[in-house]
Amino acid sequence: MIHIENVSKTFTLHNQGSAAIPVMTGATLSVAAGECVALTGNSGAGKSTLMRMIYGNYLAASGRIEVDGTDIVTAEPREILALRRQTLGYVSQFLRVVPRVPTLEVVAEPLLAIGTDRAIALARAEELLHRLNIPETLWTLSPTTFSGGEQQRVNIARGFAHTYPAMLLDEPTASLDATNRATVLTLIEEAKARGAAVIGIFHDVEARERVADREVDVSVFTPKREALQ
Amino acid sequence: MTPLLSVRDLHKSYGSRIGCTGVNFDLYPGEVLGIVGESGSGKSTLLNALAGHLEADHGEVLFQTRHEGLRDMRLMSEAERRMLSRTDWAFVHQHARDGLRMSVSAGGNVGERLMAVGARNYGDIRAQAIDWLGRVEISEDRVDDRPSAFSGGMQQRLQIARNLVTGPRLVFMDEPTGGLDVSVQARLLDLLRSLVREMGLSAIIVTHDLAVVRLLADRLMVMKSGHVVESGLTDQVLDDPQHPYTQLLVSSILQV
Repeated sequence: MIHIENVSKTFTLHNQGSAAIPVMTGATLSVAAGECVALTGNSGAGKSTLMRMIYGNYLAASGRIEVDGTDIVTAEPREILALRRQTLGYVSQFLRVVPRVPTLEVVAEPLLAIGTDRAIALARAEELLHRLNIPETLWTLSPTTFSGGEQQRVNIARGFAHTYPAMLLDEPTASLDATNRATVLTLIEEAKARGAAVIGIFHDVEARERVADREVDVSVFTPKREALQ
Repeated sequence: MTPLLSVRDLHKSYGSRIGCTGVNFDLYPGEVLGIVGESGSGKSTLLNALAGHLEADHGEVLFQTRHEGLRDMRLMSEAERRMLSRTDWAFVHQHARDGLRMSVSAGGNVGERLMAVGARNYGDIRAQAIDWLGRVEISEDRVDDRPSAFSGGMQQRLQIARNLVTGPRLVFMDEPTGGLDVSVQARLLDLLRSLVREMGLSAIIVTHDLAVVRLLADRLMVMKSGHVVESGLTDQVLDDPQHPYTQLLVSSILQV
């Protein structure tokens, strides 16, 4: 489902003396349908960078990132948009929404965007919000005013609303209490069971051990120090 | 899928000064394209040249018309262009006053567009006008008020209703949220987003507000001194900018 081959990335800071910072080289990994791969490595090793490149949020300098047959590195913006709508989900660490939009709509949006019937989309949103323990009294309010933990759970509900065949999860269980953490892990297991390919970053070792089938240490793709000189 | 609008090598100069130059892009149905850049970067010149408000010096602006396939806007007759700007195209001005008739009632402002495309039944026109006022959250009891009695945010929403009532396929917007209070901006953004999705609109939005494009635009073009210096997926351009100017622009945003 996801094939990454020889991907490299360099940040060039034009306004800071054109410093070129190579952050990744030779990144290669594959994730099959129904499999969950955990990215590991120290902070700064490039886990989030790699994940963002897979989502098309960062540009890869070279290599191939194939998701369901589309090469993200060379795809047109509209091909990536279509892929993100239908195939590739991403649960980031932060919720970003249009202010004023009610929580229920925020969660249902990915379904509405692919033309799902409104009643079905809202029912699915309700189900997820229930499971993630967001009180019903909050559903009609915008999540912008919610606590950090509530926002994160809304973000997860939104990320799981559509049954994406491929998913990227950046710290989905961070700062959740035990009950909600268990719910999120169950959601991930359900996604795997229906055949989704999942790439996750989990600092929480127990969570990683429960859902991940394999680990890939991203620090092996970090360019050696000498390369910086 | 074929593009709704294809722009090829568009160039506009003001004497020896470049307005915009070498602009190429395709806009597909349902896509929202943001154009950002500082004042004087050529973004408004480009928008006006695309919409036919300014005569470009050379280049092509090809629009997928409903009945005659791809047509070069620049080669159309004035009458054809005017018809298009009343039906398939809409233009939302930064200042609502430029897009509204201030001496005509709110309902009249919306109804006028319908009459321009041939609607004649007064009852239908009024009903549609009220429906559209409702969609932009202006209550029915304001239908006979003049826009001069409206707040800035309401005027802007009325302008949007006036523009969208004829079901256009392509909307040009020039700083649609500029000059509005932040809370009013949020409401307008929410409204624009849902209208774009429900009507399957394509839109080109010129703004200097990067937060606005992040929420509204699928794709982004960054302009500087009349040139497009960078383009791509909106979040990619904002989160991983490649051009020195875009990096400067993105890093200059004040954090709230």
